[in-house]
Amino acid sequence: MTQSSRLDATFAALADPTRRAILARLALGEASVTELAKPFDMSQPAISKHLKVLERAGLISRGQDAQRRPRRIEAKPLGEADEWLEKYRKLWEKRFRHLDGLLEELKSQQKKRKHTKR
Amino acid sequence: MPKSGELKLTTRGDREILMTRDFNAPRHLVWDAFTKPELIKRWLLGPDGWSMPVCEVDLRVGGKYRYVWRNDSDGQEMGMGGVFRKVDRPNRIINTEKFDEAWYPGEAVNTTEFAEQSGKTTVTQNILYESKDARDGILKSGMESGVSRSYERLEEVLASTAPARTTKAEATEARQ
Repeated sequence: MTQSSRLDATFAALADPTRRAILARLALGEASVTELAKPFDMSQPAISKHLKVLERAGLISRGQDAQRRPRRIEAKPLGEADEWLEKYRKLWEKRFRHLDGLLEELKSQQKKRKHTKR
Repeated sequence: MPKSGELKLTTRGDREILMTRDFNAPRHLVWDAFTKPELIKRWLLGPDGWSMPVCEVDLRVGGKYRYVWRNDSDGQEMGMGGVFRKVDRPNRIINTEKFDEAWYPGEAVNTTEFAEQSGKTTVTQNILYESKDARDGILKSGMESGVSRSYERLEEVLASTAPARTTKAEATEARQ
């Protein structure tokens, strides 16, 4: 997958609350499909569908144990999505810090104007 | 209300970016800072090393605005603009926005709301893109160089750690 289509898959996978909850669970450690299905009011096939989406996005992978087939979280694609959001946030944080300074200036100008009017 | 000065930035669904930030100033001043070119230029910065030579705003329904940033070292320019759809001073502005060299179809619609409470102003911006590709594209725009630098670093790190791990695993597998 190219970087951009991989990111698309990541965002699509993360758009769903159930899949985010599954990832949150897997962040604590690997788990089998049965274990993952437990907290959700969902059938195993329904959970398996979500797992497939997550797997395609490269967000999770299957562990070695052939019987349990535990799923585990893959950090790299998540990192990419976060990183892009983080860069965007950094730019806006910088802009808004400058805006804070500008607003202080505008406030003191306004006070001065009121003062001179009196 | 979010903690003062803290930027809340999230994506919503497939096509939106949501931003919320408090400012320690009354609403009419924040409104001015968002709408008057001489003030916009002071804070709506590009990436480091970029200036903003063009900032034109015709603040009325149907009026246009245009921003251009320039990379001062190589002269490269990045422009964007759009049309105001709603100008409800001092509560709300709705405008379209599109980059000159858009790599995505359609325009985005940006709704900016200003809410004042005890002398402080909460600004909420909701940018709705025409497609998911457009939204995700924006998230990486203008910051490509920084991102690719981090990717290069990441790749270096992975290259230096991954082979060792693979070899070990392969070795174990081969022995079994």
